[in-house]
Amino acid sequence: MKNEKLQGRIVVQLLPQLRNLRQRGLAGWAILIGAAIVAAMAIMTVTSPWIRPYDPIVINVGPILSPPSAQFPLGTNHLGQDMLSRVYSGGAIMFQVAVLSVIVCLVVGVPIGLFASYLGGYTDKVASLVMDSIYAFPGLVLAIAIAAMLGPGVVNMALSIAVVYVPSYFRIIRSQVLTIKELPYVEAATIMGAKSRTTLFRYILPNVIPSIVAIATINFADAVLTSAGLTFVGLGLPVSTPDWGWDLTYGRRLLPSGAWWVIAFPGLMVVLLALGFTMMGEGLSELFNPRLQK
Amino acid sequence: MSLRSYVIARILLTIPMIMLLLTFVFLVVRVLPGDPASLHFEKQVSPEMLLDFKRRLGLDKPLIVQYFEYLVGLLRGDFGKSMQDFSPVSQQIFSAFPATLELAIFSSIIMVSVGVVLGVQASRSYNSARDHSIRVFGIASYAIPVFFLGEVVIMIFAIYFHLFPAGDRIYPGMAPTGLTIGGLHWSSGLFVLDSILEGNPTKLGVSLRYLFLPSLTLGTVLCGIFIRLTRGNMLETLQLDFVTAARARGIKETTVVYGYALRNAFLPILTMMGLQFAALLAGAVLTETTFSWPGLGRYLVDRISFRDYTAIQGVVVFFGILVAMVSLAVDIIYAYLDPRIRF
Repeated sequence: MKNEKLQGRIVVQLLPQLRNLRQRGLAGWAILIGAAIVAAMAIMTVTSPWIRPYDPIVINVGPILSPPSAQFPLGTNHLGQDMLSRVYSGGAIMFQVAVLSVIVCLVVGVPIGLFASYLGGYTDKVASLVMDSIYAFPGLVLAIAIAAMLGPGVVNMALSIAVVYVPSYFRIIRSQVLTIKELPYVEAATIMGAKSRTTLFRYILPNVIPSIVAIATINFADAVLTSAGLTFVGLGLPVSTPDWGWDLTYGRRLLPSGAWWVIAFPGLMVVLLALGFTMMGEGLSELFNPRLQK
Repeated sequence: MSLRSYVIARILLTIPMIMLLLTFVFLVVRVLPGDPASLHFEKQVSPEMLLDFKRRLGLDKPLIVQYFEYLVGLLRGDFGKSMQDFSPVSQQIFSAFPATLELAIFSSIIMVSVGVVLGVQASRSYNSARDHSIRVFGIASYAIPVFFLGEVVIMIFAIYFHLFPAGDRIYPGMAPTGLTIGGLHWSSGLFVLDSILEGNPTKLGVSLRYLFLPSLTLGTVLCGIFIRLTRGNMLETLQLDFVTAARARGIKETTVVYGYALRNAFLPILTMMGLQFAALLAGAVLTETTFSWPGLGRYLVDRISFRDYTAIQGVVVFFGILVAMVSLAVDIIYAYLDPRIRF
């Protein structure tokens, strides 16, 4: 009985906030457009085996470094591979790395943030110090160090990116929990004898979820860019996988030949994907934290 | 809290942060699956050679001994030995660092000035088409991989129009000598400064031309946060009474905006510069690789392709210490300028 009453007072902001996005001004539109971009690119990547005209890793399907033409709308690269097919299929790695790294961040970062800030005291101090040290570090450089030691692979890339972003989750969650745990309804729950576990997961967590969603979306954008960066410094996957990051990396050596199409299209794809996630993330944080609006 | 005790407290807080970071990097290199020496050879080495190799690098000792040698070495400015030729990594770091520093300085100038000017423009035309397009540019700048922008910039300015050079810092053999008094030479490694000290306008011009594209690339990618910060700050400040009063006195609008209102945004911008320093270094790694800029970032990427894990560790540790020092300095400057934050 008691619990039911209390639950009625929990303000789960997530779903109501996401209704009527089109009436919510710029932030709503940013979320919608961003989500549309991301969805379109996800569909393109998933359906690429059926829509691509050539196999993206078969070489010499056309002449070498042919500019965009009717037969090869986005041209060919130095191996005579069709760029259109490579653009269709090249997002798979980035999606996998990004999704996996966000999952790792959620699984590791959220519980640490919740427990440390709820318990307070030394646990909180030590966790904050560790997280702040990692947070202050240039993210890409740390990811490079970890990825260099782990070796190439989707899981390894995702892990090295996740290590860098866990502190962002920790910080956001911590700042929210510190405020929420002082609110009267949490105090009421404690007075009525709710266990710590119940208070933390049933009364506090639901109110932190909107912030987690916002930071996770921004994390997606960062993970896309960082995975492209790791590939660029030579820590990506073997050549046999079509990957926008790899095309951009190798395309640098082709610049003097004037072959702009080899970098332009994969590059635009990375920008679009990161932009889609960024717009969603920006929109969500504006919606959930009206204080930051303006 | 007085300024002095704030500074002391802040320094004391930096020490455990650096220690944690050093330990973390040490563990990443030593404890993650596969030991660095065998990884270096990709397992194609006889056990005797591997043991000899480890002995020369000190990697054969117990972990705890290695850890203390590593810490003591760092105190003496020793960043370990390269797996490639056993030469001290610190030598390479100190010779490559000025290039990175110069790139970082010029990129920050572009980053802050573009960000501030666009932010001010956006706030002056609040909610207009210009405001929206500047905001969209700001968000888009987050989403551009710095090396992609670099490639586009090279393609347009260096290859298509031949306006600016790309690749390296200056023509081969043209490096400025710096200050010469009698038989004494001193050079900072910053080519712009060295050219001025040498009194050679040609070299100054060439160094600036070489600096332009990489700094433009890195500065543009990082300016978004300054657009947002300046815009938000100016939107609030332009509503304040002292701005209205200045306008009422008939002072020119440009003076009101840049001379009066913008001053209020100075402290947040300074703080943000400190916070962005880590992003600047991370961006420099990619920018240097794109433009073949011979700095620390390119050294790091070079070492990755040689599987030179001890050198990678050295560079990463150097970056970490540098960032900690800069954020310490920014906090102290901030506390000096704004006494409120000491409490």
